[in-house]
Amino acid sequence: MPSLSYTSRRELEEHSFSPAVTLLIPVAAIILQVLLSKLYWRFSMLDLPLIVAIFFAVSRRSPTVGTLTGAAIGLAQDALTGRPIGVNGIAKSVIGYVGASIGVQVDVDNLTTRVVMNFCFSLLNSLILFLINRRLLGQEGVHPQWVQELLRALANTVIAIPLFLLLDTTKREES
Amino acid sequence: MESFFSRFKNVLVLVVVLLVQTIGLAIQVRRPVVVGAPDGAKVTLLRGWAVGAITPIERFLHWIGSGVRYGWSNYIDLRDTRQKNRELKDEVARLRLEQAQFAEDALQGHRLQVMLNFQRSYVTSTVAAQVIGGSGTDQSRVLYIDKGSNDGLKADQAVMTPDGVVGKIREVFPHTAQVLLLNDPTSGAGVLLASTRIRAILKGSQGGHTVITNLTSDSRIKPGEKVLTSGGDQVYPRGLNVGVIESIAPDPEHQPYTLIQVKPATNLFQLEEVLVITGGQGDLPLLAQQDLASGLKTAKEIAEAKAKAKAEADAAAAEAAARSAAEIVSDKLPSLQEKDAANGINPADGTVKPTAQNPAGVVPRPVPALHPDRYTPGTTPPASSLTPGAQHPVTTYPAQPAPAPRVVAPRPAEGDATTTPEGETPAPKPVRPPVPRSERPATSTPPTSTTPPSAQEKRPAQEKPAAPENENPNN
Repeated sequence: MPSLSYTSRRELEEHSFSPAVTLLIPVAAIILQVLLSKLYWRFSMLDLPLIVAIFFAVSRRSPTVGTLTGAAIGLAQDALTGRPIGVNGIAKSVIGYVGASIGVQVDVDNLTTRVVMNFCFSLLNSLILFLINRRLLGQEGVHPQWVQELLRALANTVIAIPLFLLLDTTKREES
Repeated sequence: MESFFSRFKNVLVLVVVLLVQTIGLAIQVRRPVVVGAPDGAKVTLLRGWAVGAITPIERFLHWIGSGVRYGWSNYIDLRDTRQKNRELKDEVARLRLEQAQFAEDALQGHRLQVMLNFQRSYVTSTVAAQVIGGSGTDQSRVLYIDKGSNDGLKADQAVMTPDGVVGKIREVFPHTAQVLLLNDPTSGAGVLLASTRIRAILKGSQGGHTVITNLTSDSRIKPGEKVLTSGGDQVYPRGLNVGVIESIAPDPEHQPYTLIQVKPATNLFQLEEVLVITGGQGDLPLLAQQDLASGLKTAKEIAEAKAKAKAEADAAAAEAAARSAAEIVSDKLPSLQEKDAANGINPADGTVKPTAQNPAGVVPRPVPALHPDRYTPGTTPPASSLTPGAQHPVTTYPAQPAPAPRVVAPRPAEGDATTTPEGETPAPKPVRPPVPRSERPATSTPPTSTTPPSAQEKRPAQEKPAAPENENPNN
């Protein structure tokens, strides 16, 4: 009878997902984001793809996978906008890398940790987007609206908590 | 080396991913940047893949949503339908009346445009489309519609609703098109302030507002002023409704410019159906041209009838005025009028009418003086007859003849006893020798004669009876 032998915390809490879940959940998040913002324009403040990117990054605990997952979700999100492709890709690549790196160090299944993590990652995402727009794209008219970004982070956090609980059910059981 | 890659694998992957995306960004935004322009071929391909993957699902969900809404609104939620129908009929009747008035204004406007040789692009064909999705983020305000290049859509075609302008098509795919909204930060449109006729550029702001930032402070610009498309951007046809000015404030970042916020006529956040303007031309469509020609004909007939009536009224008024003036003159100066008329003199102002002998119609000669002196015209000898240094001869002035007897109309109201009855000729008074100017009494009033000089010149001066100094010829 094979026995489980974990040599580190990373191996202990590292989760995997089925390919279907890995593909469909980000696509569903993007479509839901579009539909919600079409339903009521205030919902465009949310960033469901960001929440999904954070979830996959901290659940897999692999910075490489987190980076690639974040880049893929961000690029798909960029493709639907009228902006240059890569803006969200860069931001979510960084978020995926940092999320996975943090997931190795702390218990990301804790509710408080999830709240703080989502709030901070949402602010980090806004900061990276601002820097890309201002520095890389040279858009001088873009100014930081930190009150709105704080509200956005708060809203994302509120949505992320139940969404994380829902997405926890998609984790594959290790055999 | 192997341990280096295995040790820094994660960081290297991150760096490579970021580097690739940064290079991709640099390629996409290479200078010069054309705001709102379509992407390059490779970017469009990438975007096309994503849109091709997402929009069928969006279209399906939109179809489901539309079906549910249709079923609800047409089969379930029919309360108050009769009442609404009645109200709508009343509104239609009211709108018909308004339409008639607007048609008259449109005819007038078209006439003025023709007079000004004004070129306007008329909307001739549109394609109705439904909104099936958006970008899903407030960083980019774009829409996706269910019509694409297969339906004749092209990039840079204007998109609007019956309320006003929405935006323009940015990217076109076979069955889908991406619409860049007016309130996107990369959007821009040439606009015209309706009442002040000031041209400006409308842009989207970061917060999703539409603003004008290229105008300086002007007291004529006030909130509530209508904003129309100017047609100068070659995208939006001229005269489409954009919105109204909501607020005006100094732009703190770009002094001395003002920040004019425009409230769009269309709710850009809640769009369901839009119209894509696929065709425009300099002339009106055939049906509209026929309507306009009919209206112009009617308007011309009305204008001609008005002009004719006005001309007749003017002629009647002029005739009445002339008759009235002639009657007044004939009442006061009946004898002179006939003579003046015979000599071509206008009794009203004393000017001479142009005749065959005297086409210039010169000013009449001055009235002969009753007491000629050296200043009297004609008494001074011509300079050619004078000898320099010679003694100036003593000049004797001929006695001025008395005015010719005339007929004076009776003026019973004045009750003057000396008035001569009409038709009677007063007896000539004795001729008095001319009195030198210095000897004339200060109280004497030089009488005036209204006798035409031509009549006086025919008689010799010594034969003319001199009028007394204090005689008033009107008495």
